[in-house]
Amino acid sequence: MNLKAMMRRSCAMLLAGLARGITGVRPIWQGCSPSDRQRIYFANHCSHGDFILLSSSLPPRERERTRAVAGADYWKRNKLRHILAKDLLNTVLVDRNWVERADDPMVIMLDALAQDSSLIVFPEGTRNMTEEPLLRFRSGLYNLALARPDVELVPCWIENMSRVLPKGAFLPVPLLCRVVFGTPVVLEPNEDRKDFLARARQSLLDLSPERQKVLNHG
Amino acid sequence: MAETVWLFIGLLGVLTLASAIATMLTWKSRRTADVLPSTLVNLNSRIKAWWIMIGGISVAFLFGKQGVILLFAFVSFAALREYVTLTHTRRGDHHILIGMFLVIIPIQYYLLWIEWYGLYSIFVPVYCFLAMPALTAISGDTERFLERVSEQQWGIMLSVYCISHVPALLTLPIPGFEGKGLLLIAFLIATVQGSDVLQYVFGKLFGKHKVAPKISPSKTWEGLIGGIISASLLGASLAWLTPFTVIQAGLMAGLACIMGFFGGLVASAIKRDRGVKDWGHMIEGHGGMLDRADSLIFAAPVFFHIVRYFWVP
Repeated sequence: MNLKAMMRRSCAMLLAGLARGITGVRPIWQGCSPSDRQRIYFANHCSHGDFILLSSSLPPRERERTRAVAGADYWKRNKLRHILAKDLLNTVLVDRNWVERADDPMVIMLDALAQDSSLIVFPEGTRNMTEEPLLRFRSGLYNLALARPDVELVPCWIENMSRVLPKGAFLPVPLLCRVVFGTPVVLEPNEDRKDFLARARQSLLDLSPERQKVLNHG
Repeated sequence: MAETVWLFIGLLGVLTLASAIATMLTWKSRRTADVLPSTLVNLNSRIKAWWIMIGGISVAFLFGKQGVILLFAFVSFAALREYVTLTHTRRGDHHILIGMFLVIIPIQYYLLWIEWYGLYSIFVPVYCFLAMPALTAISGDTERFLERVSEQQWGIMLSVYCISHVPALLTLPIPGFEGKGLLLIAFLIATVQGSDVLQYVFGKLFGKHKVAPKISPSKTWEGLIGGIISASLLGASLAWLTPFTVIQAGLMAGLACIMGFFGGLVASAIKRDRGVKDWGHMIEGHGGMLDRADSLIFAAPVFFHIVRYFWVP
């Protein structure tokens, strides 16, 4: 194993340990179980801690092959961030800016999938700062489902992380967090982009505590 | 100290006995049924968790005062984390919440460490009581202000102030009992936790009439009365750990148990209001830290002040 891989690994272990120590995070495998299948985990996004929390909830082997997709415009803004994202966290950096972007995000994500990685994506495209529980989904998720029907799309609801580390905060408040894994979403034949995205969004939203209360009590 | 040795031998004996009984019940049940009844599964994990908890407390005791203070600072941290998770917080509370964990807990336990009774007994109920709403007001967010502020106060009082009165017993200068504060803590924990177990056992065996059916289906008059009487006897039999006479030890234990019962009842009411069964999942079979500490929270401050009033000149 080379030095970079070792550093990556210890960094991942450190972050997972930290996430557990602060939030006591527990995975709830509600709609699927941990498996060796290649997956795209799509989750709600409120905090920088989200992908660390999600990957800490995965079994160690799955965690090692799972990479988070993050916005290049944010993570390339300065050198330190870039090194952190690229070398230590091993994220897949994609440009969110439509006009000026050099590389097609789809190509980059499909490349990572072709290397047998699982992905963590946040289809809202940005951290949700509104009172709405979940923003509209961008179309990337649909394009991924279309291009790689063999990869499972797993909705994951990250609970409480927005309270632990809200946007702009530096120190986390220790609160208990959960990650709820739902039933994988499959693209139907001839399903319209809009319909699929709405359905995927609803499947994620149904995992939120508020919706779970409604679903469980009629 | 001979008392410490006897205490640990006794604890080991009780735990071994409990494990043996549970193993026997499990073995018997396996022969007749494929699936273990859930009560038995829960009993097994509870006993396993007791081994771990007693192990943790023993290690802390080995390190003396410092160990016990650190242990209870950690208990406060875990309890406060479970509590705040269930409360309503807003963006503007972020700094106050961090302060509760990173400032209030360390200061309260530091004041215990240096045994400054005059300040640790009023730091939370006076200074934090006033500072927290002031800082919340400065943050400018008035939405559900009273509710947020009250919930923060409650959290600090329960999880930090009340719990810290367990290690505070070490700071009491009881004549003729110098250097034996750890034994008094062992007495308090043993009788309060013992009464929890005994109430559970009596409730399971004879429980019929519920004390507060709307709050907790598992708290019965039979369990409560059986638990208090048996825990008082337990306390009386542990009088050799304390500066109390046998009768006094029995009465103190009985009082600690009644307070502990109210602690459990209040904790149940909060959980019911928030629609959860347990505070957390930290301790296998028991739930969260607060599920285990709720009785101690109510018992510790009262126990502390009675000892201080009657035994400290």
